[in-house]
Amino acid sequence: MEIRPILSSLRRHKITAFLLVLEIALTCAIVCNAVFLISQRLERMHMPSGIAEHELIQIQLANLGLRADAKARTLEDLAALRQIAGVTEVGLASQLPFGNASSNNDMRLDPTQKLATLNAAMYTGQNLLQTMGTQLVAGRNLRDDDFRDDDEVNKAAASGNAIGQAFPQVLVITQAMAERLWPGENALGRQLYLGKTPLTVVGVVAHLVRPNNFSQGTENSIVVPIAMKAGDGSNYLIRTASQDRERVLKAALAKLKALDPKRVILQKRTWDEVRHEFFQDDRAMTGILAGVCLALLVVTALGIVGLGSFWVAQRRRMIGVRRALGATRANILHYFQTENFLLATIGIALGMVLAYGINLFLMLHYELPRLPAIYLPVGALLLWLLGQLAVLGPALRAAAVPPVVATRSV
Amino acid sequence: MLAYYLDLALRSLKRNKMLTALMVLAIAVGIGASMTTLTVMHLLSGDPLPGRSQHLFYPQVDPSPDPNPRHQPFDMMDYRSAMDLWSAHRADRQALIARATLKLRAPEVSQPPLMVRTLATTTDFFPMFDAPFRYGQGWNADDDAQRARVAVISDDLNRKLFGGADSVGRTLRLKDSDVRIVGVLAPWRPSPVFYDVAGGRFSNGDTASFYGKPEDVLMPFNTGQDVNADGFDVFTCWSTGGSKQLQSSPCVWVSLWVQLDSAAKVREYAGFLAGYSTQQKTLGRFVHADNTKLHSLMQWLDFNRVVPSDVRLQAWLAFAFLAICLFNTVGLLLAKFLRRAGEIGVRRALGATRRAVFAQCLVEAGLLGLLGGVGGWLLTMVGLWLISRQPVEYADLAHLDASMFVTTFVLAVVVSLLAGALPALRASRVAPGLQLKTL
Repeated sequence: MEIRPILSSLRRHKITAFLLVLEIALTCAIVCNAVFLISQRLERMHMPSGIAEHELIQIQLANLGLRADAKARTLEDLAALRQIAGVTEVGLASQLPFGNASSNNDMRLDPTQKLATLNAAMYTGQNLLQTMGTQLVAGRNLRDDDFRDDDEVNKAAASGNAIGQAFPQVLVITQAMAERLWPGENALGRQLYLGKTPLTVVGVVAHLVRPNNFSQGTENSIVVPIAMKAGDGSNYLIRTASQDRERVLKAALAKLKALDPKRVILQKRTWDEVRHEFFQDDRAMTGILAGVCLALLVVTALGIVGLGSFWVAQRRRMIGVRRALGATRANILHYFQTENFLLATIGIALGMVLAYGINLFLMLHYELPRLPAIYLPVGALLLWLLGQLAVLGPALRAAAVPPVVATRSV
Repeated sequence: MLAYYLDLALRSLKRNKMLTALMVLAIAVGIGASMTTLTVMHLLSGDPLPGRSQHLFYPQVDPSPDPNPRHQPFDMMDYRSAMDLWSAHRADRQALIARATLKLRAPEVSQPPLMVRTLATTTDFFPMFDAPFRYGQGWNADDDAQRARVAVISDDLNRKLFGGADSVGRTLRLKDSDVRIVGVLAPWRPSPVFYDVAGGRFSNGDTASFYGKPEDVLMPFNTGQDVNADGFDVFTCWSTGGSKQLQSSPCVWVSLWVQLDSAAKVREYAGFLAGYSTQQKTLGRFVHADNTKLHSLMQWLDFNRVVPSDVRLQAWLAFAFLAICLFNTVGLLLAKFLRRAGEIGVRRALGATRRAVFAQCLVEAGLLGLLGGVGGWLLTMVGLWLISRQPVEYADLAHLDASMFVTTFVLAVVVSLLAGALPALRASRVAPGLQLKTL
């Protein structure tokens, strides 16, 4: 196909051609970035938590102040929950993955270092790891004799100590954290300082996501053996087969109410609901972004159809002359298709640069990673396809112009 | 003249209904998307206390032992610093604030206990923040000093418990203590709940929670200490362990707001704050003596980047979308006007000036804009309705106020005039002779 006549005819419609190119460029740039944003959100929404999500139930009690017998009551609750048919594990948790508040601590490799090595979310609570169902990759889970009572720990800390038998001695960390602290080395047996308190790593789990605050390291999580009492805002965590969850949740609520009718329950939900609620903003944003992409593509396609129709109408006579001189319908069809291809190519080239620019802006303001190169050829292909589809209608109409038009004066 | 141009424009628009519909639709969708996001931005980024915000300040000191010289002061204060600063009474008005969620029952109403968000604050809170009363009034400085068991409740809670009736004098049981209602607020929805804003820079742009509702129960600060002891929400602690008593713990959980009515007073207060910090360093309590801040209300909101980043991203997207719709309209208008080159040629030959042709084309573009504006307004209403159904804290704020309503049409017409300018210019340049020849 000869390109030169197309170029020379485009030169007579500089502004219109330029506008079309600009529209394609902008669409290409925005769609590339929007799709990238969608993929980021999807990745976030499917972030692995490292726990047996489909088997867990969360029941959170309101903080109503602790009674003197809180410890005994907690044990009573835990025992009662364990007796429910179908329950495999029951634990208590200070905080949980995908919660809205979080308790985080600075961790140091050396107690004297001024700046913390990293910031980690601290999970505490009896039987927590076993109930969450984290996957151990090295060492062992926490044992009953590792646990210290939170009262004892607080009392010891209040007296100004940081080391001693009152404090927990060990902790479990995630693989990601072990890799960051001691790259390529065995983390087991190493010491890590929580404030001034030394803790020895006895176990490494494959994954355990932090409650939120993901920008400080998605999997910077530690599990410290501190036993707590229910009623200071902590959660009962119950594990059961996934098909039993609804029934077990009902039974558990009934049991807890029977044991103490006065308590207020803040949350009662399965883990699928926890994830669903935590990421609802991301889901809404994904929908909006997808909608905008679609709308952009439709608007651009309509623009191409509109201008294509105009050009065909304007060049009816020229088409007639060419047909009269021997051009086939296919020649005419290809002429308009090639013209569109050329414009789209220029637009896409410009769009790539723009996409890159927008990405830089987003990286600066939204802590987004760099746009992977694969988005550019895929975006280009998409817009080429869109252009060809949009121009097909007008081009077919052009091809249908009879040669006799040449002999009429408009 | 204008009537004639309008008539021309209408005729021209009717000639190709499909193309007209396409252009109106493009403008409407672009305007609808932009105005929806712009309205949300406008609602979320506005001044929550117009006329007063410039007099409100948020002092910060830094009790952290962290020796890092770049350490930022905490977003709240520890009990002792806050009490010291408050007791000095150096501001025109000042309010201490601490938050907690407490179990509440109304003994006179048979309803199950509720968990309500409460605020412990001081008497100046109400006049300082323009909190409107429906019944009764706030407590006074004596109540603050004498730890009076009184409370002010929100309109929401008053409806829930007492069906909206005047509940002044009734009793509420908060945790294990009784408090007497002395005032009921009228509906009050500051956007954001500015006095609660803190920690925005750690939330990664996820700041929608600043736009929730104000607390349901407000009580004197000291009363709160009696009722709730150590149960207040803690912002953060600079060391683990330490005292379990919140008041002496190494934790920040109290905010202080001050009202300073003149620039001189602001300077004076900043000096006072620096002096206090230096004094505390000499006493060995602070490490950073010069690390004090005195943000004004709007600066504080800015510092916390209160407008959620998703909302800003949506606004950028919407305007990019509008730009593409604009390019589209320019292209289509250009096509439309130049297709009428023959007609324009005749008109020019009959004596119409270039300016007249230009004006005729612009009137047509403006008319398109107006139609697009109507469509855009309808789509904005749909967009805001969609937002009001989203599970976000600011959902109930979404509405189109008068200024945004006007902006919709202004934006639509301006956009379409802009889009029409270039095509109109080209149309007015049509050489009459050439066109007449081909007719």
